[in-house]
Amino acid sequence: MENVSVSVKDLSLSFGAVTVLDTLNLDIKDGEFLVLLGSSGCGKSTLLNCIAGLLDVSDGQIFIKNKNVTWEEPKDRGIGMVFQSYALYPQMSVEKNLSFGLKVAKVEKAEIDKRVSRAAEILQIQPLLKRKPAELSGGQRQRVAIGRALVRDVDVFLFDEPLSNLDAKLRSELRVEIKRLHQSLKNTMIYVTHDQIEALTLADRIAVMKSGVIQQLADPMTIYNAPENLFVAGFIGSPSMNFFRGELQLKDGRAFVHANGVDFDVSAYPSRGPFKSGQKVVLGVRPEHVRVDEALSGQASHQAVVDIEEPMGADNLLWLKLAGQSMSVRIAGQRRYKPGTEVTLSFDMAAASIFDAVSENRL
Amino acid sequence: MPEIVAFNTIAAGIEPEVEKVQARATQVGPRGRKPRRALSGRNIMIYGTLIVVALYYLLPLYVMVMTSLKGMPEIRLGNIFAPPLEITFEPWVKAWSSACTGLNCDGLSRGFWNSVRITVPSTIVSIAIASVNGYALANWRFKGADLFFTILIVGAFIPYQVMIYPIVIVLRELGVYGSLTGLIIVHTIFGMPILTLLFRNYFAGLPEELFKAARVDGAGFWTIYFRIMLPMSMPIFVVAMILQVTGIWNDFLFGVVFTRPEYYPMTVQLNNIVNSVQGVKEYNVNMAATILTGAVPLIVYFVSGRLFVRGIAAGAVKG
Repeated sequence: MENVSVSVKDLSLSFGAVTVLDTLNLDIKDGEFLVLLGSSGCGKSTLLNCIAGLLDVSDGQIFIKNKNVTWEEPKDRGIGMVFQSYALYPQMSVEKNLSFGLKVAKVEKAEIDKRVSRAAEILQIQPLLKRKPAELSGGQRQRVAIGRALVRDVDVFLFDEPLSNLDAKLRSELRVEIKRLHQSLKNTMIYVTHDQIEALTLADRIAVMKSGVIQQLADPMTIYNAPENLFVAGFIGSPSMNFFRGELQLKDGRAFVHANGVDFDVSAYPSRGPFKSGQKVVLGVRPEHVRVDEALSGQASHQAVVDIEEPMGADNLLWLKLAGQSMSVRIAGQRRYKPGTEVTLSFDMAAASIFDAVSENRL
Repeated sequence: MPEIVAFNTIAAGIEPEVEKVQARATQVGPRGRKPRRALSGRNIMIYGTLIVVALYYLLPLYVMVMTSLKGMPEIRLGNIFAPPLEITFEPWVKAWSSACTGLNCDGLSRGFWNSVRITVPSTIVSIAIASVNGYALANWRFKGADLFFTILIVGAFIPYQVMIYPIVIVLRELGVYGSLTGLIIVHTIFGMPILTLLFRNYFAGLPEELFKAARVDGAGFWTIYFRIMLPMSMPIFVVAMILQVTGIWNDFLFGVVFTRPEYYPMTVQLNNIVNSVQGVKEYNVNMAATILTGAVPLIVYFVSGRLFVRGIAAGAVKG
């Protein structure tokens, strides 16, 4: 395996009777930006800590740069790590924070200065070098924390929810900076987050995790457009996908999902295999894949009533009642509807997702 | 407006202020800060209680200081609350350098130096060991850590009296019974449960990610302890120091059991001076000796209390 940077093989971890990770496999390519995405308690941070060597694994192996590091100390793994709470040493100046690891590793003074000033330049924190962490803002602290990983000249960067403690504006700024950093450094980066926007914007590939199992590992567009199962479909996207529980029916060579008394024509859906009539399914349609008062060629239309309108500036979110079921539709910001208005909907079934109701997997 | 009249008679001094407030309230409705009376029932209760309690604790000290500054003839008059007519420091000098305890008559000075020689090493050694214990227990979850910790804590609940005789034997077998070394060992061991608990909880309260970051940076057990944990833990070291210095300085039981007379700490000597049955009871000397003995913990409280508050304030800044 030539291009693999980090490789996790059959990794298991349990605390007493609780199994957090169960025979997990993951290969991360050299220079790849991989995001581990999941809600809290899904094991994503645990996996990161295992890769970092901060947690002892119960079973399995971890390779970094084709070297088995399963039993290695964190410092010998060639990793740098950035934490959610920044974890800067409060009693040391920024400069000391950056150079601490190098001093411990007994790197020459000249080399330390060189690396610290390079990291400070990349992250634009030169004016802050003499300050203490307490005198920095949240964004500056996180920059220093990234710098601490940077000076170690490592192959792999590990980010543990680095932006979660920042306010929304700073978060989006630093997000861009991290992406820029990755583009210029081309290191392998593993990034843990529960924020799907971060995941979608930063990742080369996203691993969506739930209870210690990777649900889907794919590039962001695939994750968003073709979720592998019901969990991924519901987790990604805000507002989340509209789900209609129903039954597949085949009539006159066309396929329908019969849900709540409504027949959705799903003939345009690119299914993986032939549909079976009578199969219990869940039809998922993203809010932006529904047209309001605007016919879509070859798609049947349905009547719905506007319930609530949420204008968001750039776009406008309509909450509708379709045959008694609540659903959301995203339309352009300048189009406004009053509650109670009757509208005609047409669904873009080519972009929809259909899942088996029992196995919850994509059909 | 009868209620306003009644109010004005109570707070006659601030009458114009009250009228202004009242006027404002009637004109535009309540606005700005709510006016509060200085002499409310609540304030009288709080300050009254505080003053009574403060007097209750300060009065004995006052009597002691006054008595220690009087000569014996004046004390015999019996007015223990009256200030001295003629101030004399004779009792203090006598208590320090020539009061008799048993056979020797060189005052408390010898006991003072014994106590210093006991307290300083015991405090340093016990805090040094306990802080490392606490650090290891909090951050390096070694196998059996919980069991070890439980045993240590249970140790804190066993009455001292049960352990005295076995410890005497152990010290005798080690050949340090009756020496200062033996007493220092005993103090160190007995300080261990509470100090370890103190340090463990403090270190466990520090952000775990700092410890992880230091490990990723390649720091080992001692580097993390000295370079990361120690500089962040000054407040708890001051707390531990206060606990140990006052505890060990005030100790009487171990001092009298585990040492020989020439190594008796100050407390034991004080007891011997005050409780001597021969001759006249010199109340002034006794009072002076008591104040001298209590002075060290008192000074520690005053000096390090400030440090302590400052340490907490400095530590409160999030890193």
